[in-house]
Amino acid sequence: MERRGLDTEELRSAVWPARRAGSRSAAVLWLVLRRVVWAVPVLLLVSLGVFLLAAASPFDPIHQYYGVRIYDASAADVARVRAELGLDRPVLSRFWEWLSGLFSGDLGVSRSMRQPVVEVVTQRLPWTLLLAGTGLALAVVFSLVVGTVAAWRQGGWLDRAVTALGHALEGVPPFVLALLAIAVFSLGLGWLPVAGLTDAGSSLGVGQVLEHLVLPAAVLGVSQAPWLVLHVRQSLLTALTEDHVNGARARGMGERIVVLRHALPTALLPFVALIGARVPELVTGAVLVEEVFSWPGVASAVVTAAKAADYPLLAVLTLLATAAVLLGSLLADVAAILLDPRVATDG
Amino acid sequence: MFNRRTLITSSLAAFALAGTACSAPSNSGGGSGPRSMLLADGYEPSSLNPLLGYARYGAAKFYDGLLAFDGRGTLHPALAAEQPESTDDARTWTVRLRRGVTFHDGSPFDAHDVVATYSAAVDPAYAATISSDLSMLDSVEAVDEHTVRFRLNIPYAAWPARMLMGILPKDALAEAAPQDRSPLNTEPVGTGPYRLAEWRRGERMIWRANEDYWGGTPEVDEITVVFATDDNTRAQRVQAGEFDGTVLPPTLAGRIGGDSYRTVHHDTADYRAITLPSDHPVTGDAAMRRALNLAANRSGMVESLLGGHGTPAHTPVPASMERYHAPEARFDFDRERARRVLDEAGWTPGPDGIRQRNGTPARFTVMYFADDTLRKKFADAFASDAERVGVRVELAGVDRSEAAERIGTDAIVLGGGCPVDPDVQMYSALHSSMIGTGTYRNPAKYRNDRVDSALDAGRNTVDPAERARHYKEAQRAYVADPGLVYLAFVQHSYVMRRGVWDGYEPVVEPHTHGTTWGPWWNVEDWTPKS
Repeated sequence: MERRGLDTEELRSAVWPARRAGSRSAAVLWLVLRRVVWAVPVLLLVSLGVFLLAAASPFDPIHQYYGVRIYDASAADVARVRAELGLDRPVLSRFWEWLSGLFSGDLGVSRSMRQPVVEVVTQRLPWTLLLAGTGLALAVVFSLVVGTVAAWRQGGWLDRAVTALGHALEGVPPFVLALLAIAVFSLGLGWLPVAGLTDAGSSLGVGQVLEHLVLPAAVLGVSQAPWLVLHVRQSLLTALTEDHVNGARARGMGERIVVLRHALPTALLPFVALIGARVPELVTGAVLVEEVFSWPGVASAVVTAAKAADYPLLAVLTLLATAAVLLGSLLADVAAILLDPRVATDG
Repeated sequence: MFNRRTLITSSLAAFALAGTACSAPSNSGGGSGPRSMLLADGYEPSSLNPLLGYARYGAAKFYDGLLAFDGRGTLHPALAAEQPESTDDARTWTVRLRRGVTFHDGSPFDAHDVVATYSAAVDPAYAATISSDLSMLDSVEAVDEHTVRFRLNIPYAAWPARMLMGILPKDALAEAAPQDRSPLNTEPVGTGPYRLAEWRRGERMIWRANEDYWGGTPEVDEITVVFATDDNTRAQRVQAGEFDGTVLPPTLAGRIGGDSYRTVHHDTADYRAITLPSDHPVTGDAAMRRALNLAANRSGMVESLLGGHGTPAHTPVPASMERYHAPEARFDFDRERARRVLDEAGWTPGPDGIRQRNGTPARFTVMYFADDTLRKKFADAFASDAERVGVRVELAGVDRSEAAERIGTDAIVLGGGCPVDPDVQMYSALHSSMIGTGTYRNPAKYRNDRVDSALDAGRNTVDPAERARHYKEAQRAYVADPGLVYLAFVQHSYVMRRGVWDGYEPVVEPHTHGTTWGPWWNVEDWTPKS
């Protein structure tokens, strides 16, 4: 990745005249198509894996279906119910049934939630998207600001603090952070509610949800931030030594313009890719944070579904997570192509 | 806001309970007045469908059964207009139904709804989890619009205990499909005193009074139940004044009682017992079983494990099931006698203090569900009592699947129980005909002819006084040759706000507890204090 003289804006207009813009979007479209086609076998394999894993787990779904009624149930009745629910059939035939249902638009019924899977997802996904979206936005804004300031004043007190704290936080799992945040901000200072979507007894309102969103979103954001902050700082430091930045300085431009207009855009490129690559972490982070904060999203449903060997729900949730990861990496690649003309579309 | 948040939740701050930090709750009244109530529950039901076992012994809120439990051991008519009539052989039961009752969706209640509900419960196509409770049901028919007749395939005098389950409208059962995909799981339609107004999974449920309730509109017209699994969390939030009541472990409940909250401990038929598998060379020995029953310090366990909030158990029938309880059927706690019994049977102490007989060491394994701390404590206590008389008990925490595999040969801590009828409490646990019919039905393969015939006689006899005699005889016969070590009946503990409502009545509870039972089992009859 060599860079010379011109800054990104100048480079783009010089090398890629309007005529080439069309082929560029075609390339992006081609990339998207290829990725979507590839996603199909990946998603298939992942869901098959989920079925096989659930079948190998020690949890027997019939115990979950019966609950405490299992203690009075006769073996004959349990066997009948098992047959009626199709739990006695081999795992591959159940997978096939689920798959053909999927293609006809029927996602099946979640046994642990006692609801159609579609209902579970449509009720819970918005809350997860709200939490993960807010968390990611917080992490991005925070790391851009702090990373830039740290690199700008390299070696200053803020830089040293951010670097040390960033490295330390990289090793802290989100649920530890969540418990700490509850201890400090909810129990200690009493500023924010502990858990849930609303206070007990209050109705669902924007104010209530926002108040309850602050802590989990902040925890999710902060747990993702260290990588991003350190990354922004590092690539900005690299960019600041590059020729076009030196050139801008030499032309007598103000330091603010040099950093924000010349160095930062160069540094942003790998940052966008990194955000895409952080999506898997964001997904696992969401599972842990939702569990701790009793946030009624899809991620906390994963835990329930896994404990109940609830195949249909588990498979759909895993598909959602896989799709999120694939989408994250695709968006990162597309963004990289659009931001930097030198990036070749793969393949 | 500041104060209340400070007090809220989490085991991290459990220590605050012991101190004075919580002495001045700033927010009183989670509910907005005596007509609404805010409760916290530690357990969220996964389904509200009676066919999947929701409230199968009554107190169902959204539903009524044909009969209802009165809290002290008698069943009285609910959707039935009067007590059911039985033929002398207890095989045919005729029930006249209450008229003028409507379901929450406005449809009228009649005999066809009862027929539809009971038929669905035993039809494999519905995959109902309560079908085994009703295995004696041969057919149910509508004699006329307001009379149903049940025909049973065996004489079964305890049938009224099977008439507590909620009745569903026939239209909701029109399609014969497994109930895991029924809308009734989340949108109950019954005749009960409350309708479900809202249910946010994992968070809370709101019940609203049914203005058309045949027993009169409940005066507490809105009840919100918040789900908070952690016991310490609930205790903290109650203490901060957020809730009008909740279920808690006995010690936590005891600490919260005071000027604003009243603590109540309810008697139950909810036992904890150790099975003694008949096929095992040690636990199958009659002298060993007797000695273990004499060696168990039951009152000590009640004191140390339950904080005194329980009663020693000797048989499955608790003293709270008054007329069915045989007080003389008990084991004295007597280690010396236990040792003597073992000595006489040839179990002699070995060099390591563990007894043995003909080369067989007095050693066996007791399993407990690894996620149940109370059962683990009972297993621990039992093991140390056994050790004192020279019997080595090894403990194994297991999951449900492993327990099901080993239950025939290894002992296990069992728990459960229901006070509505002694047949429910004893038959499947002790009758030899139950062996091999289900994982948890007489799992230790206990056989005792005297017990068998007393339990059968209890099923064949309709007269209540005579039935009671048979069940007392069954308890005496069991104690003469025990097959388990019943340890204790655990009490269920609750706290509730003082001075807002009248109508609380204590109740003897089944294993199930939470906000449907507890002090709120009859909340539809509560009235705001004047």
